[in-house]
Amino acid sequence: MDFLQPSSWDDALAVRAERPDALPIAGGTDVMVELNFDRRRPGALLDLTRIPELREWSVADEVVRLGAGVPYARVITELGNRLPGLAMAARTVGSPQIRVRGTVGGNLGSASPAGDAHPPLLAAGAEVEVASAARGTRRIPVAEFFTGVKRNALEPDELIAAVHVRTARGPQQFCKVGTRNAMVISVSAFALALHPDRQAVGTGIGSAAPTPRRAAEAEEFLAGELDWATRGPLPEGLARAFGERVAAAAAPIDDVRGTAAYRRHSLTVLARRAVTWAWDDLRRAA
Amino acid sequence: MTTTQAAARTTGRIGDNAQRPDGTLKVTGEFAYASDLWHDDMVWGVTLRSPHPHARIRRIDVTEALTVPGVSAVLTADDVPGENAFGLEHADQPVLAGEFVRYEGEPVALVAADHPETARRAAGRIRVDYEVLPALTDARRALDDDAPQVHPGGNLVRHLRLRRGDPAPTAPVVVSLDFEVGMQDQAFLGPESGLAVPAEDGGVDLYVATQWLHVDQRQVCLALGMPPEKVRLTLAGVGGAFGGREDLSVHVHACLLALRTGRPVKMSYGREESFYGHVHRHPATMTYEFGAERDGTLVYARAHVLLDGGAYASSTAAVVGNAGLLGLGPYRFPSVAVDAFGVFTHNPPCGAMRGFGCVQAAFAHEALMDELAAAVGVDPVEIRRRNGVQEGDRTITGQVIDSAAPVAELLQRVADLPLPPPLPGHPDLRDLPGAVGNTTHGEGVRRGVGYSVTYKNVGFSEGFDDYSTARVRLQVTGGEAVATVHTAAAEVGQGLVTVQQQIARTELGVERVVVVPADTAVGSAGSTSASRQTYVTGGAVKAACEAVRTAVLQRAAVALGRPVAGLALDGDKVLGAGGEVLAGLADVLGDDAVEETVEWRHRPTHAVDPETGQGDAHVQFAFSAHRAVVDVDVELGLVKVVALDTAQDVGKAINPDAVVGQIHGGSAQGMGLALMEEVVVTDGHVRNPSFTDYLLPTILDVPPMQVQVLEYADPHAPYGVRGVGEPPTISSGPAVAAAVRAACGKPLRRVPIRPEHVTGTQPTAIPPRSDRP
Repeated sequence: MDFLQPSSWDDALAVRAERPDALPIAGGTDVMVELNFDRRRPGALLDLTRIPELREWSVADEVVRLGAGVPYARVITELGNRLPGLAMAARTVGSPQIRVRGTVGGNLGSASPAGDAHPPLLAAGAEVEVASAARGTRRIPVAEFFTGVKRNALEPDELIAAVHVRTARGPQQFCKVGTRNAMVISVSAFALALHPDRQAVGTGIGSAAPTPRRAAEAEEFLAGELDWATRGPLPEGLARAFGERVAAAAAPIDDVRGTAAYRRHSLTVLARRAVTWAWDDLRRAA
Repeated sequence: MTTTQAAARTTGRIGDNAQRPDGTLKVTGEFAYASDLWHDDMVWGVTLRSPHPHARIRRIDVTEALTVPGVSAVLTADDVPGENAFGLEHADQPVLAGEFVRYEGEPVALVAADHPETARRAAGRIRVDYEVLPALTDARRALDDDAPQVHPGGNLVRHLRLRRGDPAPTAPVVVSLDFEVGMQDQAFLGPESGLAVPAEDGGVDLYVATQWLHVDQRQVCLALGMPPEKVRLTLAGVGGAFGGREDLSVHVHACLLALRTGRPVKMSYGREESFYGHVHRHPATMTYEFGAERDGTLVYARAHVLLDGGAYASSTAAVVGNAGLLGLGPYRFPSVAVDAFGVFTHNPPCGAMRGFGCVQAAFAHEALMDELAAAVGVDPVEIRRRNGVQEGDRTITGQVIDSAAPVAELLQRVADLPLPPPLPGHPDLRDLPGAVGNTTHGEGVRRGVGYSVTYKNVGFSEGFDDYSTARVRLQVTGGEAVATVHTAAAEVGQGLVTVQQQIARTELGVERVVVVPADTAVGSAGSTSASRQTYVTGGAVKAACEAVRTAVLQRAAVALGRPVAGLALDGDKVLGAGGEVLAGLADVLGDDAVEETVEWRHRPTHAVDPETGQGDAHVQFAFSAHRAVVDVDVELGLVKVVALDTAQDVGKAINPDAVVGQIHGGSAQGMGLALMEEVVVTDGHVRNPSFTDYLLPTILDVPPMQVQVLEYADPHAPYGVRGVGEPPTISSGPAVAAAVRAACGKPLRRVPIRPEHVTGTQPTAIPPRSDRP
């Protein structure tokens, strides 16, 4: 197995184009597990940790451009105010050691239905910036990025450069169920973003379908029912109905981590609670 | 000629918190575990394992594997020179599968190569032609007439029948339940590892992480067809055991490869292989019924316990013994009918794990005691106090408990400990069920409290010749008297080396005590299991030290011209009757070494009557009680254990810090079984052989623990000690399960309790019984 270690983004894209058999590696928290368990034998590893710009983030026009190589630990400490949903999700990733290594770009590359970063990116309507040497840069809405179980929309010659996420305009929540209280892969997860500026709602569901996905019908329902103008108390029935609709958007399976019935049930609870907390936050902010 | 100065007392004696010699090395990462073993010019051995729970091997073709560059040997069952069989109690398990494989993960072939990856790739090129056969994977069907036979001779490993008192008892209050316990893994952190070095005499030296060197040696000799003097074992650094190293793993395989290649061979499992490479705790299916007077006084018990032993016998028979003989808890029962069964299936083999049969039964009898408390209207502490045994009572096997049995006091002590404060209005997420998963801010969270009291036999029971051997030498090194202690007892992380040092310091009054590596050059110490080593090897070291002391004091008496009576050793000095220093110990010893070897036995135990299970089966009982406080998010089924407090009688705390450490660890392990630890097996296949999906409690899951250590000396045991390691693992889990039931109001008749059980999103495996009160 070759170990390729470009030191610039252009070199990385050139190598990517030349070596479609190369597996990109950033923090290594997914890739090394795959290698150690002998689930993958790539022809080469393409190490992206020597490319400085991947480890940077910036803000322009209220949109955060988060380099693909920024680790979760920095998302928590540096972006908690701008991207609260993503920071909450980052806080649930693995152990402190994993959070120092693991990156949002790597999470997108693995495209696991259980990836913790995915639901808040879906709820925030993020875009994934990908690039190739041949065709330059393009942006993919994150809802279109996940194409199947551990599959994504990248072409063989493309790398993930960054993810663009609008700075939160309203409350965000992220909730993740696991069967122990730390260091656990999600049994189900839910992210919610309220966008009071455009009276819209964003959602993201994790570990309850072949891919991370939005609950689009639930978003529209809630956005239409919420009392955006006066921000009155949230009717209990509305929160409950929203929870049911979120669960209806899921397509979970039974596996060793949980049953489909539990996953669906837990989403009704998580979505109900999340919208209650988020709406309370919005009312308090008013 | 006598000086009158008082001698400085030797420190680090029994009762002191002596520092363990391996402590700093382990904390700094410098301790050499078995996986760190290294030898120049060694090769690596790997195991090819069966992917099927039950199959006939039609043919194995190793041709292609042998052509891989770097491969030095490929071995199959045909290459086992001795008997192709091993086993703790019955040699029924092939070293390498012959005609049949009987569980997923059974070793089929071995490869040695110059690199572990080369060996793995070569193993992948061994062609095994399997004829897949129907597998028996439901233990409840094992004794059916039409069940597939795992071995010739039927699927029953042992049926323990226990009868006492009225054969047809009745009582005004009757409670009953069914209970299931899942398969727990020992999950020791240091996976199986060993290094076999071929010797010039044609034999082999094996360095291996294990629990009982001599029982390993016996089995390796059988398989290699070699006498014991040709097969020498030395204990390598052990990273935890918990029963999972009682059976062989790499032992014979590494020796076979070393003898074939003429090279040192290292074998070291990864975590996934480790899940297939050792036995697990038996899953249990249990039906219990208690009858009582209206005030809750127990009248009778009926119990049916079924343990899934998996494909090979291992220690199933002894686990059945414990589950039956101790399976009703530390209570007085005038009339008893217990039937405990261990059966073969094509599931992974199960055997020893901390708590050994008592753990499974405790979940059932403690849940039923709570049912009884509710039925007669008393609280859970009172029902147990009222029925708990006391010293002088008889157990359900008719054995008189002839030392402390403080059931009522242990319960009272945990009940009297301060309770944790209620959750504040705006709790930190980390204090809530789900923690930073942010699943609740307090919504749906209910608090529950649960109690449990249990007991465990210490040492090997039912007439087993349970002994240990210690060799102690006292001689002058560098001008100082140094005691050397040599046993074959396995230090597995519990602190036995320190205990041996403390005993030698106490008995010989010397500061410097060297515990040399455990090996088979000295007689057997018995197993590091059954909470027995401080008792039995401690007893052997004490006896050997006493013999050495007697010899040394006789020399001193002659040299000093004094009567031996009244002389003592302390502070590296020979003391007179008044504590005055008479001579330096080094001066008395001179150039001579005083050495004694003692084989030491505890009081004999006896087999039980095969029809009634009656008899004095056990040498000692150890009691503990737990109180668990949990917060349960009843809508999501997530649990946060808030407090897990305990009281335990240890007889005498040889090393109080180490005792508390054992109690902390044991409590966490029992809690793990109650809430999350399960090897999930479906149709004979292990579905979660990794720490990603076999969940162990993290530091955020393990609560603070208030630990009360009682020291009621057992007059029959050395220093009055009582085994410590297992009791906390038995009583903690049932207390946690009880607390969860109290919080959510659901019966929860299975552990680990999953969120599905609390939320009703998965039917429990046991259908509800129509005759339940």
